[in-house]
Amino acid sequence: MSSVKKLGQQTYAFTNPPVFAGAASVVGPKEGQGPLGNQFDLVLQDSLNGEQTWEKAERKMLKESCQGAVKKAGLTPSDIDIMMAGDLLNQIISANFTARDLGIPFIGLYGACSTMFEGLALGSMLIDGGFADYVLTAASSHYNTAERQYRFPTEMGVQRPLTAQWTVTGAGAAVIGVQGQGPSITHITIGKVIDLGVKDSNDMGSAMAPAAADTIIRHFQDTGRSPSDYDLIVTGDLAAIGRALTEQLVKQAGYDISKNYTDCGILIFDPTQDTHAGGSGCGCSAVVLTGYLLKEIIAGRFKRVLGVGTGALLSPSSTLQGESIPGIGHGVVIDAYNLGG
Amino acid sequence: MTDEKLIPSDRELQEMQYQMMVTSAKPKPPLLRNVLGAFVIGGAICVFGQALLNFFKSSGLAKPEAGAATSAVLVFLAALLTGLGVYDSIAKYAGAGTIVPITGFANSIVAPAMEFRQEGMVFGVGQRIFTLAGPVLAFGFVTAWLIGLITYLFK
Amino acid sequence: MDYVKAFVVGGAMCVIGQLLIDLTSYKITPAHILVGFVTGGAVLSGLGLYQPLVDYAGAGATVPLPGFGHILAQGAIKGVQTKGLLGAFSGGVEASAVGIAAAIIFGYLAAVVFTPKGE
Repeated sequence: MSSVKKLGQQTYAFTNPPVFAGAASVVGPKEGQGPLGNQFDLVLQDSLNGEQTWEKAERKMLKESCQGAVKKAGLTPSDIDIMMAGDLLNQIISANFTARDLGIPFIGLYGACSTMFEGLALGSMLIDGGFADYVLTAASSHYNTAERQYRFPTEMGVQRPLTAQWTVTGAGAAVIGVQGQGPSITHITIGKVIDLGVKDSNDMGSAMAPAAADTIIRHFQDTGRSPSDYDLIVTGDLAAIGRALTEQLVKQAGYDISKNYTDCGILIFDPTQDTHAGGSGCGCSAVVLTGYLLKEIIAGRFKRVLGVGTGALLSPSSTLQGESIPGIGHGVVIDAYNLGG
Repeated sequence: MTDEKLIPSDRELQEMQYQMMVTSAKPKPPLLRNVLGAFVIGGAICVFGQALLNFFKSSGLAKPEAGAATSAVLVFLAALLTGLGVYDSIAKYAGAGTIVPITGFANSIVAPAMEFRQEGMVFGVGQRIFTLAGPVLAFGFVTAWLIGLITYLFK
Repeated sequence: MDYVKAFVVGGAMCVIGQLLIDLTSYKITPAHILVGFVTGGAVLSGLGLYQPLVDYAGAGATVPLPGFGHILAQGAIKGVQTKGLLGAFSGGVEASAVGIAAAIIFGYLAAVVFTPKGE
């Protein structure tokens, strides 16, 4: 017997779609100078955010975004049933410290850069299933903390290849609730880990594109919908090369998404900002969703959006040992239908 | 049985096809610009080294000592520029032009040591200072020892 | 003329490094260039091929990392000639001592004095 809420193989439709009650975003200075700069709630003056270390700066951003989202929802931390958050640092340490400070029951998540969408998908299930009234989901990344964990120290004189992406310094948080007015999550599509053998950790867009395409295709097949049912299809952090590859892969399956498809890693930076392929990191999709996409949906510019949070599930040792990069993509459908009017 | 090995599996085929897609989607590195940057900046560092060498020689140092003093000054300047956050900005344009000269070795020592200072003086600075210098010294010493050994055995 | 030779030869070595980074597999990182050039310089020096380049280009051959390998290799060879087998151990280290100690000492001081600026 299959679940009554399951559509096809990987998609779930909610009977009581959870509603976005509040969302907040904090970004670093470079992101603040980008095309979406004036959309974010807080733009840091410098990447240390008044702290001694970049790790502390990242943690502070995550905490500020969580507090902002709870406040915008008109709630206090004690009203939140469960917090789900994660980041890129070893043992998701930023999220752990943030949850300690906020005192909300916590489930730590690791989905690499897909963490925000992983949290939204799981949180929606908890709410629709009647297990929680309010769930806080959040994710963060920081250019300097990620560079030194995954690549070279920032002051090392290395040329970044054109395929490289720039880890977004930013944190995004959202409160989803059982009721209220706001954009709703109507469907989710849980992705499979897909790996087509890309090993170059400076080309993560190519590594993740097959996973993103797989989830998008699966979503259309499971729901019977087509690309034209969406005003926007947006992936998490594939950037320019990954976006082009995803478009081709989805087309091979018979779906043309060229007209309404973009990527958060392309939206967040301008080509003149020298980020090469575009943005990446947990913070990339988290801040573009909470700072920009939700606002556009509320403003009525997009009625229905399919967001696919993408993650490159590599570790520094797997890269050194010559392993390929497994990718994942989690789809979340955000619909404006109960906004009223 | 051997036939089965020769025919790639569906998965291998899929990976090969995707690899071709990736190759055609990837932008090519701006080779001419990179090579020019490496040549001019790398060459300029060597010219500066030559000026130091000439200076030390003219002030009376013997050839090997003048060379060692030149290295020490270049290393000092690279460490200073790395500390000031300038070296990586030059490297963006110079590429190998700032890696191949001895200054690149100094940069590879300072950058990790400085960045991991928050992990303490021993496990941070002390250990990380050899992140890249360690491999260089290990391979350098072993190669030199081998060459010495060969010289000893076959001289 | 010293300076022209140093510029051209030193620049050319950097171009070789750049081509190795840009045209070969992504697996060749700057760390591999550092290690490869020092080791390569030592091997060329051991074969007697590097000294002529040093004679011709001066700092153009000694400032790049193969020059460091050259000092190590020549140190080991001279060590063997003067001290026998023990010299294979001590020669390279002795000859390169100033450069290595300078790098570690200045590196340590810079790491303690400065804080990284990040992006």
